[in-house]
Amino acid sequence: MPFVPHTEDDIRAMLDAIGVDEIDALFDEIPANLRHDKGDTPPLQSVPQGLAEFDVACILHERAQQDGTPSCFIGAGAYEHHIPAAVWEITTRGEFYSAYTPYQAEASQGTLQLLYEFQTMMASLTGMDVSNASLYDGASGLAEAVLMAVRANRKSKSRRILVPRTTHPYYRKTADTIVKNQGITLEELDYDRDGGHIDPASLPEEPGDFAALVIPYPNFFGVLEDVDALTDWAHSHGALVIAVVNPLALALLKSPGQWGTDGADIVCGEGQPLGVPMASGGPFYGLMCCKQAFVRQMPGRIVGRTVDLDGKPGYTLTLQAREQHIRRSKATSNICTNQGLMVTASTIHMALLGAEGLKRVAAQSHANKQALLERLTSIDGVQAGFNRPSFHEAVVQLELPTEDVLRALAAHNILGGYSLAEDYPELGNAILVCATETKSGANIDAYAEALQRIFDNAEVG
Amino acid sequence: MSNVPAELKYTKSHEWVAVDGDSVTIGISDHAQDLLGDMVFIELPEVGTTFSAGDECAVVESVKAASDVYSPVAGEVTEVNENLVDSPETVNSDPYQAGWLFKMKLADAGQLDGLLDADAYSGVAADDAH
Repeated sequence: MPFVPHTEDDIRAMLDAIGVDEIDALFDEIPANLRHDKGDTPPLQSVPQGLAEFDVACILHERAQQDGTPSCFIGAGAYEHHIPAAVWEITTRGEFYSAYTPYQAEASQGTLQLLYEFQTMMASLTGMDVSNASLYDGASGLAEAVLMAVRANRKSKSRRILVPRTTHPYYRKTADTIVKNQGITLEELDYDRDGGHIDPASLPEEPGDFAALVIPYPNFFGVLEDVDALTDWAHSHGALVIAVVNPLALALLKSPGQWGTDGADIVCGEGQPLGVPMASGGPFYGLMCCKQAFVRQMPGRIVGRTVDLDGKPGYTLTLQAREQHIRRSKATSNICTNQGLMVTASTIHMALLGAEGLKRVAAQSHANKQALLERLTSIDGVQAGFNRPSFHEAVVQLELPTEDVLRALAAHNILGGYSLAEDYPELGNAILVCATETKSGANIDAYAEALQRIFDNAEVG
Repeated sequence: MSNVPAELKYTKSHEWVAVDGDSVTIGISDHAQDLLGDMVFIELPEVGTTFSAGDECAVVESVKAASDVYSPVAGEVTEVNENLVDSPETVNSDPYQAGWLFKMKLADAGQLDGLLDADAYSGVAADDAH
């Protein structure tokens, strides 16, 4: 069958329907100086001529050096972990080196098997029945989870979702951007100022109809929420529970499948801590798991294991009727994922570390954070922000302006933390600090000593 | 030629309706199940839900496609065919009896007049086949 594009008559009819004279008029909102040479509009003036490979390499090398080699105590959604050299050596082999989950799926048995192993690992970490083959990142993953919860909650017709302010501020903004035009509202729940968590006793007795409650774990402050009480509260009001997790923390903590009486319903999160470098913020990947009952509402690709005519095991994309190439406009999502390479690295990373290795990384990160917190809060003018247990991040309050302190630390080649001033002004001079397994005693000592000097000098001054 | 029982009423979107007083039973036609192929999952409405005529009320998923089922008339769902949860293939083998999807309490008996009879539906199905 030949490919038949729109006829002139089709185009005319469509333009008339929206009241536009010609196709070019659809691009009027793009300033002329940004448009490519077309008719009498000027060419792109700000794009320079091409450069030789050698010149490009020099520029990039120079810019990479500007990053320096600071000691990084910033987490806030992207975490520095040791990635064994073998992970990316294997990931970038020709057999694996593709960004995409397969289109000619069954021809790619190796890739399918890897994705199947990935799903198995994710389902095991989260305590859920099923996992998909990944999403774009943690933030858009929350948006997909919200859309999924609204579709899946058949007891509630509500399009209202309760989201604690302890959820990552970027995730909340991203999710809101994606779901608000579908008439879904994200309603904030405020947190306890002492604990840095959602106090179950503060939850409304008559919350009204809502489709789901989001539970971040650990939350943005690093704090561990009272997940059992929150889960049971949401379920008792006919709502689903969406867990937003750091998958590494789950190697140590109670998996969402075990929360409360019935467990969380949907789990999403950022996969970066599992073998993906911080790389100035991406590419990362999102994870998503759920209970079996909701699998048909899950977005993304799912790989299944089956047998061929001879009874030999094989892997295949399954439940594709949810997806856009079959379900068209009624698909659960238009995502296929192009994060396949990140997932490949993650799967190899987890396979190399094993369950025990992951647990040790998580435990060492927690121990280092405890050591950091003790050292920092022994300085006059530095206090712990919250009194609840936390994973590998914590809030500290400073008696000096945070921007000044962070700038002074940076001068000592230390990235001292993430300022909470913009998103949580009520916390005053508060920063979020993180220590993973990569921050040894010497790094922590150097940070504490530098901070001590800053406070000493401030007192003298 | 597919089976089109004379005692039932039909829609252009391939649902059938069996009328019993103010209760109606709804399913998909033999022609529809044949087009869709082997059923793997049927998503049924919740008992107690009310629909207007033309509302999406169920999804039938086959190895080839997932299709919406539209409510032929307005009413409240009184019963769903739970057997289809474990045996969706019943819709293929017995679309007019054991393969029924759900029952509704009819809101407006007058809407039944707007449905197709077996002859008219046979015409629709035959046009479809070309």
